[in-house]
Amino acid sequence: MLNFDYQTRRSFTNKMMVFLCGFSAFLAFIPLASLLIYVVSQGLKDFNIGFFTHLPTAVGMPDGGMANAIVGTLQLIVISSLVGLPVGIFAGVYLSEFGKKSKFAWFVRFVADVLSGVPSIVTGIVAYTLIVKPMGHFSAIAGGVALGFMMIPIVTRTTEELVKLVPHSLREASWALGIPEWKTILSIIMRTAKNGILTGVLLSIARVAGETAPLLFTSFNNQFWAGPNEPTASLTVQIFTYAVSPFADWRAQAWTGALVLLLVVLTINIFAKMFFKDARSALR
Amino acid sequence: MSSMENQQPVAGNEGAVKPALSFLFFGKLSEVGIGDKIFRAVTGFFAFLILLLAVLTFVALFINSIPSIKAIGWKFLVSSEWDPIRQVFGAVPYVYGTLVSSFIALVIAVPLGLGIALFLTELAPMHLRAPVAFVVDILAAIPSVVYGLWGMFVLAPIMARYINPVMAKLIGAPFFVNTSIGLSFFSAGVILSIMILPTIISISRDVFEAVPNVYRESAKALGATDWETIQLSVLKSSKPGVVGAIMLGLGRALGETMAVTMVIGNNPQVTANLLAPGHSMAAVIANEFTEATGDVYLAALSEIGLLLMVITFFLNVGAHLLVWFTTRNYGRN
Repeated sequence: MLNFDYQTRRSFTNKMMVFLCGFSAFLAFIPLASLLIYVVSQGLKDFNIGFFTHLPTAVGMPDGGMANAIVGTLQLIVISSLVGLPVGIFAGVYLSEFGKKSKFAWFVRFVADVLSGVPSIVTGIVAYTLIVKPMGHFSAIAGGVALGFMMIPIVTRTTEELVKLVPHSLREASWALGIPEWKTILSIIMRTAKNGILTGVLLSIARVAGETAPLLFTSFNNQFWAGPNEPTASLTVQIFTYAVSPFADWRAQAWTGALVLLLVVLTINIFAKMFFKDARSALR
Repeated sequence: MSSMENQQPVAGNEGAVKPALSFLFFGKLSEVGIGDKIFRAVTGFFAFLILLLAVLTFVALFINSIPSIKAIGWKFLVSSEWDPIRQVFGAVPYVYGTLVSSFIALVIAVPLGLGIALFLTELAPMHLRAPVAFVVDILAAIPSVVYGLWGMFVLAPIMARYINPVMAKLIGAPFFVNTSIGLSFFSAGVILSIMILPTIISISRDVFEAVPNVYRESAKALGATDWETIQLSVLKSSKPGVVGAIMLGLGRALGETMAVTMVIGNNPQVTANLLAPGHSMAAVIANEFTEATGDVYLAALSEIGLLLMVITFFLNVGAHLLVWFTTRNYGRN
């Protein structure tokens, strides 16, 4: 005879656990909603053209902006892309095209995965040691190198994953025409996987655009416009500096900076998602 | 993915035919071989650079830390005194803060994260999966300095006013003694838990999805409820991978800098009271690196970085091996 209590308990446990799993999804939504509401409502207060066109001002002076920090962040992204993208893209192509079975490729893949877990502040110390120390001063170059190092594992792994998806028949068609392997890879496989590679590039840019820790002692900060070889302001470091300051008007600007940063990062992420979908559907 | 199987024989043939015949019949094709070799060598070199970067990271940290290792030695790991003026440096309060805040983060994020991952892969109706996954993606995309800003001005006051007194009443001494400050180990742990949630969710989701459907079907065929199916066929067979996901989450928490430094209070102390302000390894580097005067001071901060690197490195190696073994067992890759 079946024990009725036992059956009820089973069904109760089941309902309860299913509810808890769904409830945890709801719980995760609360901080996100709160964060977005605060960033938008607080950030909009100083959100005007001046914020994008003016330099920072001293405490109590009106009309301060983060123009130099926004340009500084763009500068850092360009430099980090120069450092990180070639290495990441070609290493990814190597892993997908030549590294299916080799131990070396397995090891590189593994190290890339481990590198993507290195704390960003540690990468900052590495860039400090390699660039700031020998040059004797902070610079956008040093910050860009630190961010570039962080991009490498992200770009490598996404490039590999998506280049792998290119249908094999394309390669065979190319070989049948007598086209050499390297040309096949460069002009057929990589072109077919273009959107996939772009996904990795955009994701890595979105990731480093929001980084603060490795910039604190590489690109540092600056109240004025700066060239690549000078200490350079960035949106993130500026937000941090203003947030921990005791001044109300600086803190207000930190929120606006956060709003701008969030808009940039989320937009890049959405574009990355779109390219990813395109890539997947084109390669299937 | 399925194209991988029929690839091998073709690639093998092509390698065998080309060198033997090409130079005899098609003079031009011999140049092709050189082009391929160069291309392979160049891309291989870029792949090698990744290994070099890993080595470089350790070497740079180590070289930078030498003055402190020489001057302080093993005392660095057991002393809790941090006095730049007297050139005495001990890492204990920072290591303590990092471990405690990360542990709190795990206590909160592991059940939540696994619950959400199970919800996404096993339980949620199809129309709910995309929005939940979207929320998780956005949580992952938010920069840590923005989390820090929100933590400082929104979360910390809420903690001080509402949550800390409740915790003090519910659990009490010695772990929860109300201090009426929002900046604490506990706040840092809470914000870290939000930040590592996406990591735990996405990895354990991959691991759950790698479990073959036959496992679920056989449990269901025996009359198991949804939850029993999860217990019997999903959780049991993906245990190592889930541990890997948790370890990767922990790795993120240990290395997180900005959000922690903005909410932990930046007060180096070892205390059982989680509602007191503390400090962390990453936070002390972020706060003091640019102001560090003197070789030993700077080296001591680098040594904290080295310590952090070593801990996260081993954690990541272990985690990736676990995840790799779990997903590989089902022949997915």
